[in-house]
Amino acid sequence: MTSSGNGAEPLLRLKGVSKNFGPVQALTDVDLEVRSGEVTALIGDNGAGKSVLIKTISGIHAPERGEILWEGRPVKIRTPREAAALGIETVYQDLALCNNLDIVQNMFLGRERENAFFLDEESMEKAAQETLASLAVTTVRSIRQPVASLSGGQRQSVAIAKAVLWDTKLVIMDEPTAALGVAQTRMVLDLTRRLVEQGHAALIVSHNMNDVFEVADRIIVLYLGRVVALRPAKELDRQIAVDLMTTGASDRINEHQAQQGEGD
Amino acid sequence: MAKVDEPITPAEEEVAQTEIAARQAELAVPAELTAGSVGEYFRSGIARVKAGESGVLPVVAGLILISILFQSLDSKFLTAGNLVNLLVQAAVFSLLAMGEVFVLVLGEIDLSVGYVAAIGAVTMADLAGPAHDWPWWSAITAALLICAGIGLLQGSIITIVGLPSFVVTLAGLLFWQGVLLKILGNGGTIPINDAQINDIASANLSPLAGWIVMLVLVALFGAMLWRRDSKRRKAGLVAPPPTITLLKIGGALVGGIALVLLCNTDRGIIVPIQGVPYVVLLVVGVLVLWTILLGRTRLGRYFYAIGGNAEAARRAGVNLIKIRTIAFLLCSLTAGIAGIVYASRLRSISTSIDGGTLVLYAVAAAVIGGTSLFGGRGKAIHGVLGGIVIAAIDNGMGLMGFTAASKYMVTALVLLAAVTIDALSRRGRVAT
Repeated sequence: MTSSGNGAEPLLRLKGVSKNFGPVQALTDVDLEVRSGEVTALIGDNGAGKSVLIKTISGIHAPERGEILWEGRPVKIRTPREAAALGIETVYQDLALCNNLDIVQNMFLGRERENAFFLDEESMEKAAQETLASLAVTTVRSIRQPVASLSGGQRQSVAIAKAVLWDTKLVIMDEPTAALGVAQTRMVLDLTRRLVEQGHAALIVSHNMNDVFEVADRIIVLYLGRVVALRPAKELDRQIAVDLMTTGASDRINEHQAQQGEGD
Repeated sequence: MAKVDEPITPAEEEVAQTEIAARQAELAVPAELTAGSVGEYFRSGIARVKAGESGVLPVVAGLILISILFQSLDSKFLTAGNLVNLLVQAAVFSLLAMGEVFVLVLGEIDLSVGYVAAIGAVTMADLAGPAHDWPWWSAITAALLICAGIGLLQGSIITIVGLPSFVVTLAGLLFWQGVLLKILGNGGTIPINDAQINDIASANLSPLAGWIVMLVLVALFGAMLWRRDSKRRKAGLVAPPPTITLLKIGGALVGGIALVLLCNTDRGIIVPIQGVPYVVLLVVGVLVLWTILLGRTRLGRYFYAIGGNAEAARRAGVNLIKIRTIAFLLCSLTAGIAGIVYASRLRSISTSIDGGTLVLYAVAAAVIGGTSLFGGRGKAIHGVLGGIVIAAIDNGMGLMGFTAASKYMVTALVLLAAVTIDALSRRGRVAT
């Protein structure tokens, strides 16, 4: 159930994490790990507990049992603020951007830079510009345009850039490509790869198997609140992933591995 | 390992989408941020207006239209005396509307501002009157504190209990009207005999003082603008060419000179009266203060963020309860200033104050000026310009001998036109 691992301490590790809402057991003994420099995909059918899991990591839900280890140290993540302080940022599915604010204002929302009483627009604009450039988000005409005027992919890019603007180690993305067209999806997946190449960790929740197998290094499959697989992406294929998501098990998994082994 | 069959030409779609985005961007970006030259600046400005991002243009055009209309019907409209009178009449509407802008930006409304203003006025009149004999400045401070307290109370009920602002402030409208009647008694009046308080609305700066104050204000504005633009240029950020910066400062100077010339013209009939009314200076002062607060501070940024997408603001760590409550507090505080001006003009406060109509004028003024009823968009200047439009209709139709009945109907049509512009331009933006 655990990955082969490369020896180094993972950035984030969950041990036996459980969460229930009244009688409903949302997560049961979840063990998983997320590593820096890798895209980890979290997949599962509707109601498998994906949302609860990322909300637990990002400080919205507190787990009833279990332990969260951040860079090897046990931590409690009680609020999104505490998650942010550790270096965990979440990009939500419904794009938490303000349409009436421009790109810079959105990226710094909640963490504006000030000199004395006033906003330090120049400094924020420069920092935003540098972050966007480092992620090669170059299609926007001006970072002073309201995000209402951006395309879906550009908006998602801004949301992701907003997440890495801070001293972020783990970026959690909830269905980052759900509402996007082909080219826009491409843009966001490329951006995700650049993110991990810069040394960040990315945890992606997705329904889209194409995206998952294109971008992920490692895949976690949730089934009814339990982790049924945590494997390098190359040890799985789409059929196995779908089997795991829908039934919690796959007969083909060992077969597939054997084939891979022969191929090596 | 499912490298998926990439469907059709992503490149084409990319090109098409980028083009659309680029065209939209061109229209969405304020001209001063993209234009490299003066010509480009104006072209980009025109493009924005065509795309529905017209800012204060409709209300300014409306004002010019109203002025031409009334002047052609009655040549007294554009005299110095009448125009200065109009500015003084507009002050109460403008101040109330500036208060209303804070809550409208959040996508909320405050229906109580009219009677909150009355409570401020009656507090001041009572404290400065013979019963208590407080000095004018402490009576005014106490009145403003009480108004701010009312805003804090109403805002807390709205944000903490989670009730709609419409209902809570409607209750406020009734409640404070009741309190006013209780204090004043049926048909009661408190006269104001304090010279300083009455001077707010009726005395003027000396002509020389008017010039000095105007020049200082324009110099400060110019210095700030120049410093900001040159700082942006030095930091390598997109900045307007120096010509544009100078043109803007020049524009402010011309406007200031025109205003002071207008006010310094003798408008007395029996004795000479000239100079900038204190109340005009007061409105300009509040306008500058609230403009800086909305545009240059973290608090102002959060008002817009909540109005644009409250959930996004919450996720970004903005304390919605605190920020929303502050908006209601600032709204009521500004209403208090309006109440003081109102009482100062009448040299008394009585039960005849129509807080219900005042609040409708305040909301109308803000919307006519360009503030959106849908939240997320609005500036203090909108309240001032909208207040002047409402006062101009009242004043011009009064000159021509129309009754209140016709004034209400015309004001209603202007409001309807303004809301239509707001809704249409919003639809334009959403469609993009």
